[in-house]
Amino acid sequence: MTSINYNFINIIFCFFKTLFIVFIIVFCGAMLSFIERRVLALFQNRYGPNRVGWFGLLQIVADMIKMLFKEDWVPSFSKSFLFILAPIISFISLLLVMSIIPFTDQKFIINLNIGVLFFLIMSALSVYSILFAGWSSNNKYALLGSIRAIAQTLSYEVFLGLSLMGVVAQSHSFNLFDIVYSQKKIWNIFPQFFGFITFFIAGLALCHRHPFDQPESEQELADGYHIEYSGMKFGMFFIGQYISMIVIASMITVLFLGGWYGPYLPKFLWFFFKTFILILFFILLRASLPRPRYDQILYFGWIICLPITLLNLIFTAFLILLY
Amino acid sequence: MNIKSIIFDFFTQIRSIFITFKHMFDMRETRLYPENPIYLSPRYRGRVVLTKDPNGKDRCVACNLCSVVCPVSCISLQKSQDKYGRWFSKFFKINFSRCIFCGLCEEACPTSAIQLIPDFELSDFDRKNLLYKKKYLTISGTGKDHKYNFYDHCGVSIKKKYMYNIPINVKDLLP
Repeated sequence: MTSINYNFINIIFCFFKTLFIVFIIVFCGAMLSFIERRVLALFQNRYGPNRVGWFGLLQIVADMIKMLFKEDWVPSFSKSFLFILAPIISFISLLLVMSIIPFTDQKFIINLNIGVLFFLIMSALSVYSILFAGWSSNNKYALLGSIRAIAQTLSYEVFLGLSLMGVVAQSHSFNLFDIVYSQKKIWNIFPQFFGFITFFIAGLALCHRHPFDQPESEQELADGYHIEYSGMKFGMFFIGQYISMIVIASMITVLFLGGWYGPYLPKFLWFFFKTFILILFFILLRASLPRPRYDQILYFGWIICLPITLLNLIFTAFLILLY
Repeated sequence: MNIKSIIFDFFTQIRSIFITFKHMFDMRETRLYPENPIYLSPRYRGRVVLTKDPNGKDRCVACNLCSVVCPVSCISLQKSQDKYGRWFSKFFKINFSRCIFCGLCEEACPTSAIQLIPDFELSDFDRKNLLYKKKYLTISGTGKDHKYNFYDHCGVSIKKKYMYNIPINVKDLLP
C-alpha cells in the first residue's frame, strides 16, 4: 500500500515537474520573439518594439491577443487534415527533444541512453511539418517553400548526424549525461572544433534560421510554407521555430560547450548562460549574413561540410585508437 | 571552387559578422518622435495658414490665384467688398484631406497672405474636421514676411480715404 502511494506521489511530482519545464520552455520561446526583435534592432541601430509596457516587454502579450482573436481559417481548397496536423508536428517535434536535455545533473525530465539518436529522430520528423504544410496548403508559394525545405534537408541531414559521431566516439555513449561528464576537463569544442562548426551550421539549417531560411524567405516567397495559416496555427509555427532555436542552442551547449560545467556560478545558471549566448549568436547571424540559393546550400553541404565531418570523424577515431 | 577561395569566403563571412557585431555599440538612428520633438526648418511645407499684415488687418484680397493654381482644388473662397471698396474673402476654406502641401498657393499669393508653416500634426479622427475654415486658418501674426504690406507697393485706388494712403511709385517696376 505504501509503495503504491509512494509511486502515485512520484508520478504526480514528475507530471508537474514536466509541465513546469514545458511551460518555461514555451514561455521562453514566446519571449524570444520579443528578445530577437530588440536585439536585431540593436545590431541594426534601431530601437525595435519599445512602446508596450516596460521597454516593450508587454509586446508579446499584445501579439498573443491579436493572434488568439484572429479568425482561425482553414482554406476550402486545402487538405484539411494535413493542414491542421502540420503546425502540431512543427510545435511538438522539437519540443519533445527538450525532455532529454540535462539542465544540470539533478534537473532533467528523462535520462535516455539513446539521447543523441532521439534528437536525430525528432529532427528528421520536424521536416514533415513543412512538407505537410506546403503540400496541403495548395498554394504555389507554400509548395515552393516546402520544396526548398526538402532540398535543404537533403543537404544538412547528411552531416547533422555525422558531426555528432566524434563526440559520441569520445564519450563512448549516446547518453547526453555521459557526454557532459566526459567534458569535465575540457569542453568538446576544442578537440571537436570542426564537429562543432558543422553541427552549428546543420543546427541553423534544422531550425530554418537565417541564413538557411529559404523555406520561408519573406522577400520572395511571402513567408513560404505558412502563407495560408492564420491565427493560432501560425502562432504555433512561429513559436515552434523559436522553441527549435532554444533546443538547438541547448543541444550545442550540452554536446560541445560542457553543459552545466563552469566555475563559481550555480550549474543551472551556467547552462542558461551558455544557451542564451548561443541564441544571441543566432540572432547576430541573422543580422549579418545574406541568404544563399538552395542549390548553393546543397553544394555547400555535400562538397564542403560532408568531407570536413568525415575527416573529423576519421581523425577522432584514429586518436582514440592510438591512446 | 578551390581551397583558397573557400577559406577566403569563410573569413569574409566572419568579418561581416564582426562588423555587424560592432554596430551594437553605435548610436541608434531612430528618432523617438513624440517624446523628442523633431526640428523642421522654417521653410518646411506643412499646415497652411492665413497671415495678417503689420497693421493687424487681413492680408488676403480674395484674388483667387491660390484657388486657381492649386493642383488638387482644395482651396475655395469667395470675394466680397467692404464699404471702402477693399476686397476681402467672405469665406475661405481649405480641405486638408485633399491638400498635398505643394506650396504653389504660397508662391502664387501676391499679398503673401497664404503661407505654409512647419506643422505637420494634422491628423484627426473625423474627416469633416479637416475642412478648415477662415477662423481656424487665420493666425494673428505676419508669418514669414514681417514688414511686407501689399498696399505699400501697389494696388488700385479706392473710393474714399483709407488707412493705406502712401502714394504708389509708378516709376518702379518692383511690386
